[in-house]
Amino acid sequence: MRRQVPLAICFFLGVTMAIQYFIPHRVSLVYGETIRTWYLIVFTFALVLGTGSLIRVHWARIRRRASGWWYSLIAMGGLVLTLAVGFFGGIGQEGLFMKLYNYVQVPLEGTMFSLLAFYIASAAYRAFRARTLEATLLLLAAGIVMLGRVPIGQSIWAGFPRITEWILEVPNLAAKRGIMIGVGLGMISTAVKIILGIERSWIGGGD
Amino acid sequence: MLEGLAPPEPASNVRAFDTPNDAGGSITVTWSPSSAEAERRPVTYEILRSSSLDPALVSVGSVVAGTTAFEDASVYDGVEYSYVVRVHDGLTADADPTAPVRSSGQLFHRGRVNVLVGVVLFTAFLVLFIQQAKGGKELYVRRIAGLEAVDEAIGRATEMGKPILYVPGLSVIQDVATIASLNILSRVARKAAEYETRIVIPNRNPVVMPVCQEIVREAYTDMGHPDAYREDDIYYVTFSQFGYVAAVDGIMLRDRPATNFFLGMFWAESLILAETGAGIGAIQIAGTDAVAQLPFFIAACDYTLIGEELYAASAYLSREPLQLGSLKGQDLAKLLIATLIIVGMIFTTFGWPRFVGLFAAG
Repeated sequence: MRRQVPLAICFFLGVTMAIQYFIPHRVSLVYGETIRTWYLIVFTFALVLGTGSLIRVHWARIRRRASGWWYSLIAMGGLVLTLAVGFFGGIGQEGLFMKLYNYVQVPLEGTMFSLLAFYIASAAYRAFRARTLEATLLLLAAGIVMLGRVPIGQSIWAGFPRITEWILEVPNLAAKRGIMIGVGLGMISTAVKIILGIERSWIGGGD
Repeated sequence: MLEGLAPPEPASNVRAFDTPNDAGGSITVTWSPSSAEAERRPVTYEILRSSSLDPALVSVGSVVAGTTAFEDASVYDGVEYSYVVRVHDGLTADADPTAPVRSSGQLFHRGRVNVLVGVVLFTAFLVLFIQQAKGGKELYVRRIAGLEAVDEAIGRATEMGKPILYVPGLSVIQDVATIASLNILSRVARKAAEYETRIVIPNRNPVVMPVCQEIVREAYTDMGHPDAYREDDIYYVTFSQFGYVAAVDGIMLRDRPATNFFLGMFWAESLILAETGAGIGAIQIAGTDAVAQLPFFIAACDYTLIGEELYAASAYLSREPLQLGSLKGQDLAKLLIATLIIVGMIFTTFGWPRFVGLFAAG
């Protein structure tokens, strides 16, 4: 029963949502919209569960004085501060809550994102070492594409932008489309297997 | 000022019809342009309507020259409407009113017949091969290096006495890539439970978190080690994309997991995660259907499941005949698609583009 009920719900919702895609009638749209609204409700409750899990994990670390426990203390401090500011000061554009968001969270996220530049350089160094024929071709293609994308490339040779366009729109696009066709079929296959109950790993316990 | 000018020719072939493939509440009006357009006069078309509820003509919108269609989305289903297209170029000219027309919602989207045929055909392939597999037919599946390495990667973590880090992507639960990742997690967790190795799963999505907890708990119970399951190893971090990345990078640098799995949907954070993992010397298996992120994973990880391999993983790891049958169904569908692409190229080359049009999205 513990498995049959989720499988039955999954089958019913999977089939009806698939049918819904082919019916543009208002009743069908309302049904699809209702299901999506349910997800938002589930998400909201799950957020409470998630926050509970976050507090439990960090509190345990602080209590045990586990390695790096002060990071947990900072995380908990940030959580309590943000909640308190939001509850008592409101979340208006001019309030402290939005100032915390705009002047603390956004710059921190921007900093993390900017690390990507350094990681791209280190990953490119590893990927472009011309050890094999494939890596050499990759290096050549990448060099041409990089030169074709910046003004100095055109100054060196006017053909770089044209070759770049060809690389991006012919071999690169062909490979991307090949992958995307496989992905599309894989998605449908996974969906059909889950709807028919052939794939049950998602309810736990493997088979 | 306009004395001596002739009024413009009215629009011709004016038609009004219920907008196809919609939920109702819409009528489309089409026409052939007035000859005033060809004379390069500044022309606009005003669309007026009368209805069985209100016989007076009311303007419902206007469009500029070069436009030959207008969608009136302010109608009520079941009410009869008639339309007049009025040409303006300083002077005006009305076309004849259209025949009365009613809007209604459709029960089938005709533009999606090709999708329906494709899905039915593909499902038939899947069922065919699943039936063959049920009958005991041996099915060959090519070797996927990334999946062959799963056992080795878990074994390495066990030998080193270090945890496994599993990131189920950053997307929502209804993303098929997330579901594929959870299917793989089930297999990985069983193996980790068998070896009694810790598996740490930080989550970005609070709906994915309890599903991960349930999957891992079931895996540990099934493998006879329910006491080894640690719920605190599977927790929610934050919904912020780069906040999550900072947390996972911190986990990697502090806990030094021996094995990292990055399976699911990833965006710009993929390389930051994978490069940090490479920096701590972890064996890394990644997989995603996000084409733009694949090069980053390939550059920074030991093994990468490319696109469809992510979806094939559960079947590959389980080796269940039913699941393997579905992989063969996918192969047959790919063969069919490749054939159709070649046929489409030939038809288009010889000037028959309508064949390709059969596959256009509705």
